[in-house]
Amino acid sequence: MEVLKKDEVNPKILEALLRDSDNTVEDALDNEMILNMGPQHPATHGVLRLLLKLDGETIVGCVPDLGYLHRGYEKMAENMSYYEYIPHTDRLDYISPMANNVAWVLAVEKLAGIEVPIRAQYIRMLIAELARVASHLVAIGSFAMDVGALTVFLWTLREREKIMDIWDVLCGARFTNSYTRIGGVANDAQPESLKLIKEFIDQFIPNLDECERLLNTNRIFVERLDGIGAISREDALDLGFTGPNLRASGVNIDLRRATPYLQYDKIDFEVPVYNEGDCLARYFVRTDEARQSTAIIYQILDKMPQGPIRAAEPKKVLPHKADVYSKMEELIHDFMIVNFGINPPVGEIYHAIEGSKGELGFYLVSKGEGHPWKCKIRSPSFNNIQALPHLVKGAMVSDVVAIIGSIDPIMGEADK
Amino acid sequence: MTRKDIIKSKLEENFKDASLEFSEYKDEFVIRVDKKFIDPVCRLLKTDNELEFLMCEDITAVDWATRKNRFTVVYHIFSLKNNIRIVVKADVDEADCNIDSVSSVWRAANWQERETYDMYGIKFNNHPDLRRMYMPEEFEYYPLRKDFPLMGIPGSLTLPKK
Repeated sequence: MEVLKKDEVNPKILEALLRDSDNTVEDALDNEMILNMGPQHPATHGVLRLLLKLDGETIVGCVPDLGYLHRGYEKMAENMSYYEYIPHTDRLDYISPMANNVAWVLAVEKLAGIEVPIRAQYIRMLIAELARVASHLVAIGSFAMDVGALTVFLWTLREREKIMDIWDVLCGARFTNSYTRIGGVANDAQPESLKLIKEFIDQFIPNLDECERLLNTNRIFVERLDGIGAISREDALDLGFTGPNLRASGVNIDLRRATPYLQYDKIDFEVPVYNEGDCLARYFVRTDEARQSTAIIYQILDKMPQGPIRAAEPKKVLPHKADVYSKMEELIHDFMIVNFGINPPVGEIYHAIEGSKGELGFYLVSKGEGHPWKCKIRSPSFNNIQALPHLVKGAMVSDVVAIIGSIDPIMGEADK
Repeated sequence: MTRKDIIKSKLEENFKDASLEFSEYKDEFVIRVDKKFIDPVCRLLKTDNELEFLMCEDITAVDWATRKNRFTVVYHIFSLKNNIRIVVKADVDEADCNIDSVSSVWRAANWQERETYDMYGIKFNNHPDLRRMYMPEEFEYYPLRKDFPLMGIPGSLTLPKK
């Protein structure tokens, strides 16, 4: 850790320190202490531990300590079949499990060379966007709560609860969904659940407007975030930021646009970009993205065709349960897939999607067996937390809470 | 000339002895390079005006268990300018288990290399802060190596003192 010089301290803080006549900058910079924050700290969003080196109340150094939620998911992936791993992806980014399901099956399908029916692709886009809305709602709500605006947390969680109810009807589980299957999705989206989704997004925008009015006109909220934890475009790229955090620093990249997957090239949407790179900009990007996601969902509901929801590749794709019980051929395929796996050809691929936290990628190596030889999870939160020491340097202790909230880390995927 | 040809010609021009190999698998462009040249090759890919691979998305390794060069270190990098993702690979032998760090090229590589070191025990030379990422510092094994059992090794993780 390096010690901060006087001119490296945030000018706002320096100014405030100088204004206080009893307290000189030299005094504040003379005394150092180490503060241990977490892992059991509610504002660190899970089990993130930070060691902060303080001069007075100014942070001169920060060392994040990860691994409190390390469950060895990459090791486990090497010892189970591609199908068996789907429920485990739920536990990575547990705020948007649906997006992880989609990322995993897309990677496996690229490895195994499976072409997915159009309707299944639209359903996957639909759930990925709903997951993004749910994730951003939690991010905004808990972020606002961290800086003292409790009401918004209750309001955004109320909206998220409605998405949970939709997932309950859509796939039978509220939280750990495991809805996707290799080659399609578990079951078709029934008209009933599509109607629920339509009703939800119809009332969602006015409710989001209400939340935003509460925050954007809240002087305490805005002043606690404006200019705090700012990061330049170059630093953000260099330190591995992706997703909303990177777009808040003025980099216009969205993998849905840059490397189109599913049917995103047929959808019309904007990529919100802000140039300030501070906590406030990261909050604005998330609210704008939630709006764009609802616009995408409207288009998906309009364009979604009828048709099959699983690819017709019996050797690789699980048959429907009703067929397994009534047809011999399907029973054999089901037995083979469940017991021996789908054996993708020898090769290695990397596939990344624009998850709600950033670039969520899977690197898979196959040796032609039922189990992956190697599975690497490229998790956005892990790389986003890496920039934390850079962001908090020169800030105050109370800003750390705001900065952690603004980069929205989920320790489930950061620790794997 | 496609973007891949440009990358190819630039690298071949600058690194004649790096035993470069180029291949393509499912629209992924793979560059295999001698591990001694990993730092200059990455530096060129990042700083060249036409290439500008500014994002280091992921660094990891693969344990091949029985091959002569036991490990392969894999880098996934992305260029915003050309909108292309490429894979750089370098083989590392178990007897000489180290490779130069690229954390001076991309700062994002810092933690990604620490994680690779934690899981595979590959040392990254000139790394500013090569500590374990997830496992405790006194842990003696490298969990993602193929010879580490799935169930773990009893007694290898010390419990905190009471």
